[in-house]
Amino acid sequence: MNLILISALWGVVMMFSGLFIKNKSAAKTIALVGAVVLLIVNLFDLAGKMIIDSNFNGMLQYDRFGLLFLTVIVFALIIYFLLSGKDIEAVGNHPYEYFALIFFVMCGVGLVALFNNLLILFLGIEIISIPLYILTGADKKNLKGNEAALKYFLMGAFSTGIMLMGIAFLYGGAASFQVEKLNLTAGDNFMIFLVIGIVLIMISMAFKVSAAPFHFWTPDVYDGAPTVFTSFMATIVKASVFIGFLNLFANGFGTMTDKWQLTIAIITALTLFIGNITAVYQQSVKRMLAYSSIAQAGFMLFAVFAINDMAKQGLLLYAAAYCFATIGIFAVLVKMKDYTIEGFNGLAKKEPLVAAVLTLCLLSLAGIPLTAGFFAKYFVLAAAIKTGTYLWLVIFAVLMAAVSVYYYFRVIQAMYFKEGESQHIEMTTSFKALLILLAVLIITLGVFPSLLLNWLTLY
Amino acid sequence: MIALLLILIPLITGVIAFFIKDEKQVKTWSFVVALASLTVMTFGLLTPDNPDQKIFLAEWLPQLGSSFALQMDGLSSVLCLLTVFSYPLIFASTWKSKYASPNIFYGLMLLTQAGLLGVFLAADGLLFYFFWELALIPVYFLCSKWGGEKRIAVTIKFFIYTFVGSLLMLVGLIYLYYQTTDASFSMQSLYEVKLTVNQQAWLFWLFFIAFAIKMPVFPFHTWQPDTYEQSPTAVTMVLSALMVKMGLFAVVRWLIPLVPAGVIMFDHVVISLSVIGMIYASILAMQQDDLKRLVAYSSIAHIGLMSAALFVNNESGLQGAMIQFFSHGVNVLGMWIVVELIERQFGTRKMSELGGIAQKAPALAILLVIVALANVALPLTNAFVGEFLMFNGLFKFNVWYAAIGGLSIILSAVYTLRMIQKVFYGNENEVTAKTVDINWYEKASLAVIVVAIFVMGVYPKPVFALVQETVTMILGIFK
Repeated sequence: MNLILISALWGVVMMFSGLFIKNKSAAKTIALVGAVVLLIVNLFDLAGKMIIDSNFNGMLQYDRFGLLFLTVIVFALIIYFLLSGKDIEAVGNHPYEYFALIFFVMCGVGLVALFNNLLILFLGIEIISIPLYILTGADKKNLKGNEAALKYFLMGAFSTGIMLMGIAFLYGGAASFQVEKLNLTAGDNFMIFLVIGIVLIMISMAFKVSAAPFHFWTPDVYDGAPTVFTSFMATIVKASVFIGFLNLFANGFGTMTDKWQLTIAIITALTLFIGNITAVYQQSVKRMLAYSSIAQAGFMLFAVFAINDMAKQGLLLYAAAYCFATIGIFAVLVKMKDYTIEGFNGLAKKEPLVAAVLTLCLLSLAGIPLTAGFFAKYFVLAAAIKTGTYLWLVIFAVLMAAVSVYYYFRVIQAMYFKEGESQHIEMTTSFKALLILLAVLIITLGVFPSLLLNWLTLY
Repeated sequence: MIALLLILIPLITGVIAFFIKDEKQVKTWSFVVALASLTVMTFGLLTPDNPDQKIFLAEWLPQLGSSFALQMDGLSSVLCLLTVFSYPLIFASTWKSKYASPNIFYGLMLLTQAGLLGVFLAADGLLFYFFWELALIPVYFLCSKWGGEKRIAVTIKFFIYTFVGSLLMLVGLIYLYYQTTDASFSMQSLYEVKLTVNQQAWLFWLFFIAFAIKMPVFPFHTWQPDTYEQSPTAVTMVLSALMVKMGLFAVVRWLIPLVPAGVIMFDHVVISLSVIGMIYASILAMQQDDLKRLVAYSSIAHIGLMSAALFVNNESGLQGAMIQFFSHGVNVLGMWIVVELIERQFGTRKMSELGGIAQKAPALAILLVIVALANVALPLTNAFVGEFLMFNGLFKFNVWYAAIGGLSIILSAVYTLRMIQKVFYGNENEVTAKTVDINWYEKASLAVIVVAIFVMGVYPKPVFALVQETVTMILGIFK
């Protein structure tokens, strides 16, 4: 709760400080303070010490899973600010507003993680989406960015409409917006409304997390948006929408798995297939990462598919592993001029440290043991195996994971094994130190995932 | 404690090696620590009465039911011994090879050793998977960085191939984990899982494909000749002497005890594939001009025999295969050392460009002939013991497999002798005119191998004693 309030407030603060503080580079510092405050209040929430202890007539619910997830997300946000804060300021003339928009997104993220009512879910998704449309087009002089923003807005508005329609149908079936009431009416006369509602809401959520076949906006938007914001959209935002997706299906439709599990399985398989296969053909690392984010969404969909304890733990780990690795890669990518894979040629010779950390991030994305990505994949796959059904899907997924090795390793090959004049990357010492910290985080989670998961049962 | 030390020594010293920038120093360092591992292992073998030394258990991931459990039984100690025995020889025989950034090269080599030993020692399913992958990653970098011209494409193929296999195995392991009664990955719990025949049938393939790719068994072998050819020879030695044993070992350690009914159901399929692979690889080996490719194909043929013998389900086949784990490692290492010495001196591995080396390098020639004869399993050499038993086992299982597989012995004599003739005898040419004989430590490395060949060939009893426990256990499962 605290996070929802304070992030909204801090967004306003950021906007007004843009009016009164002429020094542009203060923006990053203020934002960073805000993010740290968010982390602290969220930890208080997690410890059960709320400043405002109300669940608004049951519209919100504070379960440990949601709160811990928010903690991970805010932590990723801090890393993002630390690594890319300067690059956010450099996007255009209104740095304070960019940060303000990011804080508004965080407010939506809080709602999506803690909702217990369909209207709150809708509100959260919209609060996330609208600032993103603006951020996508933040670089006003870039035509590609403008196109991406318009495309994103039109498609996003469309999917929002579908979601509202789905909510209306669910209301028709269950006579309530409360999530837990949706389950009770299974087998009812109005079942058909529920099923239609589930399908519609599934489509719109699949759109938001860029699952196939609703992924078409993703490559264009991720490619067209300023790279710093791509990083934000592809990691923090995407992971957050997944928690809403999982919570809705686990708490709302958990007893009706026969009605939707097959559909989710098909969507998962399609997403994995399209994301991985298309990523193989990309020449630009930025676009490759866009498709890779689709592929990774496929694995996160396994959590929605399985909806058991293992799935929740898996999504937590996945969010952490995926966000850390992708934010790390983007943070370096932003500082480069040439986004093609050849642009990475010979980087290991010139910047051995950066190359090593990037390699670790890529290995983590590919799910190689000893990195956080391995346990992330392990948990979601184990969750699916635990359900005991659809084992073909799991086997298909691991084959696709092997495909992903191909395109992630292309970057590693370029950095280490190909000769080339590497481009100049401007980096401060603190940036490098942060990269090392990121690497340590990724390896620590890769050896002891329980360090994160224990928080689910602490206190 | 011994088990833990065996993993920790190369792991820690490997990381340290990254920071030793001087070439000579890092080479000495790696050689010394490889000897240290050998010493620890020897000590472990000499004190067989103390079982505590060979088991190690520490908490790792309690929520997942996985622990850091190591166990060194007879079969593990044979393979660990092979690993720690090979490493000093590899380092000594490639002493003169020059590598760019040698600190990284030797660091990665030692990390590979840690991964290999971990695979042979792990007594926990998830831990086994971890080490299985960890052995692969350093090898990927070793081959891609220091390999031949086509190294990048070849190595990624190798990596993806084996990665597919290991992921399938992971799926199988997780599935088994959910069938255990105490939600545990420990070897004991996994062994005790009761599965229906149907479950065993498809689990068999999940595991077998992983192991078959690693061995490699026909038709999963296509990564192997290219990778062996393109890798730097020191890495090829690790790959062919040690890494292929991971697959064979895993069949004994995991596949047969976990899904015995699946093994019985598909034994004819596996043995047929293996026998086809033996003949096919032998025929291809006869047509090679490149020494590395020749040894690579010959290795596929030998591995085929071992994988067939593991599935015959009788005592002599299993004994022979496990003895051969060790013998094949020693012999193929000897072959690679010779190839390395030839390539370093003449800059070519093409048999058509070599010839007449024996006149100027008698020591090399004699040592090679002995290694080559062991490769064709002549009596008195180590490979004879194993191959005889394996063919005996195959014969008992089905006469035809033994008869067809036996052809590969003849073929192997053909290509091995032809190789000796082309490289060492005949007339000198401009490439080989300035031949010099090998120096003392190269002689010493080969001499160690020759001694091992004869000792094992005349007195194989200690190895028999070590593997007997495993053989009895497996025969017990099938009863």
